Amino acid sequence: MSASADGALLEVRNLRTYFDTDDGVVKAVDDVSFQLQRGETLGIVGESGSGKSVTNLSIIRLIQEPPGKIVSGEVIFKGQDILSLRPAAVRKIRGRRIAMIFQDPMTSLNPFMKISKQLMEMTQLHLGHTKTQAYEHAIRMLETVGIPDARSRAGSYPHEFSGGMRQRVMIAMALSCEPELLIADEPTTALDVTIQAQILELIRKLKQETGTSVILITHDLGVVAGMTDHVIVMYAGKIFEQAKTKELFARPGNPYTKGLLRSVPDPTAEQGKLYQIPGLPPDVAHLKPGCPFAERCDRVEEICRREFPPFVELTPDHHSLCHFANEVYGG
Amino acid sequence: MTPIDTEIDTELVRGTSLWRDAWRRLLKNKLAVFGLIIVALVTIASIIGPTVIKRAFGFTPDYIPTSDVRLIRSFPPFTGPNGEFSWAHPMGTDNAGRDQLARVLQGGQISLFVGIISTLVSLIIGVSYGAIAGYAGGRVDNAMMRVVDVLYSLPYVIVVIVLLSMFRSQTPRGQLILLFVALGSVSWLTMARIVRGQVLSLKNQEFVLAARATGVTAPRIIFRHLVPNTLGPVIVYATLTIPQIMLTEAFLSFLGFGVQAPLASWGSLAADGVQNIAIFPWQLIFPGVTMALTLFSLNFLGDGLRDALDPQMRTT
Repeated sequence: MSASADGALLEVRNLRTYFDTDDGVVKAVDDVSFQLQRGETLGIVGESGSGKSVTNLSIIRLIQEPPGKIVSGEVIFKGQDILSLRPAAVRKIRGRRIAMIFQDPMTSLNPFMKISKQLMEMTQLHLGHTKTQAYEHAIRMLETVGIPDARSRAGSYPHEFSGGMRQRVMIAMALSCEPELLIADEPTTALDVTIQAQILELIRKLKQETGTSVILITHDLGVVAGMTDHVIVMYAGKIFEQAKTKELFARPGNPYTKGLLRSVPDPTAEQGKLYQIPGLPPDVAHLKPGCPFAERCDRVEEICRREFPPFVELTPDHHSLCHFANEVYGG
Repeated sequence: MTPIDTEIDTELVRGTSLWRDAWRRLLKNKLAVFGLIIVALVTIASIIGPTVIKRAFGFTPDYIPTSDVRLIRSFPPFTGPNGEFSWAHPMGTDNAGRDQLARVLQGGQISLFVGIISTLVSLIIGVSYGAIAGYAGGRVDNAMMRVVDVLYSLPYVIVVIVLLSMFRSQTPRGQLILLFVALGSVSWLTMARIVRGQVLSLKNQEFVLAARATGVTAPRIIFRHLVPNTLGPVIVYATLTIPQIMLTEAFLSFLGFGVQAPLASWGSLAADGVQNIAIFPWQLIFPGVTMALTLFSLNFLGDGLRDALDPQMRTT
C-alpha cells in the first residue's frame, strides 16, 4: 500500500476509447478524466450508450481490440499507469486489486463450473492458495455475502441459484482477494426491486468493512443518491457534470442533469405526466460540432449548435460541460 | 465480516447437474436405450468373447486346424466337421477352418478400437484447434480455418488411401497404427468447425468477460471455461463420428488397405466373405449383420444423446 493518505487511488486522465465500426469511428469515451480517493464511492450515471461501461472496461483494459481501441489517456492506479503495463502485469491487477461485478448475474457465472470452483479460481490464481485453503476461503466469502448454508450449496451449479443469489456469488468472487477498487457495472439492473435493495445494502456494508473504493455504474439516480460520495454524469462519451452527490442533487449545474433529475418519478406527487427528456441520445459516430445535447436541451441557444461547450468550474468540486453552466447552477 | 440474514429457503438443495438431466432424458428415449444396450453388449462380447471361446473350446481366432486335411473346411453354423450339430462354431467357420464367431468378436475389438481411438485423436486435435481459433478470432482464426477449408476440400477417402499405400507397414500392427493416424488426421476437421462455432458464440458471453476481469489467462479461459461449455455438441458429434470412422475403416479394409490378416476387422471379414458369397453365405452374413447392428445402435445412441444434451437442436 504505497499511496499516501491523501493520494488518489485511481486517476483517469483524458481517456479516449474509440470503436472502429462500418458506420465510422464511434467515440464511446471521449476525453474523460476523474479521480477516485481511497474508501470513496463514485457513481457514474448516464443513459444507455453514454460510455459508462466502456470507461470502466478501459480502466482494466478489457476493451475488445479490434474493433475497440484506447486511443489516448492515462489510468493511474496507485501511481502506475495501467494503460502502459504489459498484459501479464495487468492480469495481476485484475481481480486482485481491481475487481468487477457485472450487470447480468444470470450470464456472468460459468454455467458449467461449480460455484465453489469459480470462487476458488480467484484465490488460487492471485493469492496462491492451495485447494483446501481456497475452498475454505470460498465458503467464508459465501457466508459473508449472505448465502445460507454455504457449505452445502458451494457444490451447486449457477443455474440452481436465483438471480439475487448469483449476484451475491459475483460479489463474493469480486471481493475474495480484497481488492482496493470494486467496479460495479449496473449490479442491480437485472434484479427485481427488493433484491436490488439487498444487494446495494450488501455492497455498502462490505465497503464499510473492507474500506474498498467503489465505482458504481448505474442509470438509476436513486441508487446514486443513497450510495455515492461523488457523481459523474456522462452523455455521449463525455462527462457532462461532476460533483459531490449532495451538491449535484441540490444544485445541478447542467441542463442534462436537471432533465435526469426531473425524470425521476416522485411518489409523493399527485398523478401527472412523468417528465422525460425529449429525443434520443445522439449517434456518437456522427457527432455534430456543437454540444451533443443541444438537440434535446430545453434552454438551447444558437451558440450550443455552433460551438462545443466548455467544462466550467462552478466550485473546485463541481464541474459542468455547458455554455450556460453558471446560469443553470445559479438557478 | 458477519453473514447477512436472508429470508431465502435454507432447505438443502441437492445439486442436480446438467448431466443428470441429460441422462434422464436419454433413458426416456427407447431407441437410444436400445442402442446403448446393443453397443454395450457388442463391446463386452468383443472384449471378453475371444478369451471365453478359448477357455470353452480351446481355439483362438487365428487357430487353423492343421489335422483337417480336407479341401473345404468352411462349415455352416452349428455344424461340426462331419455335418453333425455342434455348439463349437455357432457362426460356422471360414475358408481356413477358423471359428467365425471368434473372428467376428476379434474383428469387433479392432473395429471398435479403431473407431474410438480415431475419434479420440479427432477429439483432441479438433477441440483444441477449434477452441483456439474461435477464441483468438480475427486474423488468427481466419488463417486457421482456411487451413481446415483446404483440408476439407481434399477427398478424404483418397487421402487416407494415399497415406496408407505410401507408408505401407510390414507388420499388421504397424498397419493398424497407420490406420489410426490416417483416419484421425482427417476426421478432426468437422469437430474443429463445430467447436469454433460454439466458442465464437460463447466468448462474447459475460462469464468470459468476468473471467478475464478476474485475471484468468487465455489458455485457462479456453480450456477451463470455454471447452467444458462446448461439451454437449462435442459429445454428440463424437458419438456420431465413431460409427462413421468404423464404416470408413470397414471400407478401407474391404479394399485391402486397412487391417491385415491374421488380424481381422468387420470390413476385412466381409471382404473375405464376399468372395465366397454363393457357396458359404455365412462368411459374409455374420460380420455384415454384426457391423450393421452396431452402427445402427451407435447412430441411435448418438441421436438420443443429441436430443438429451441439446434439446433445442432437435429437428422434429
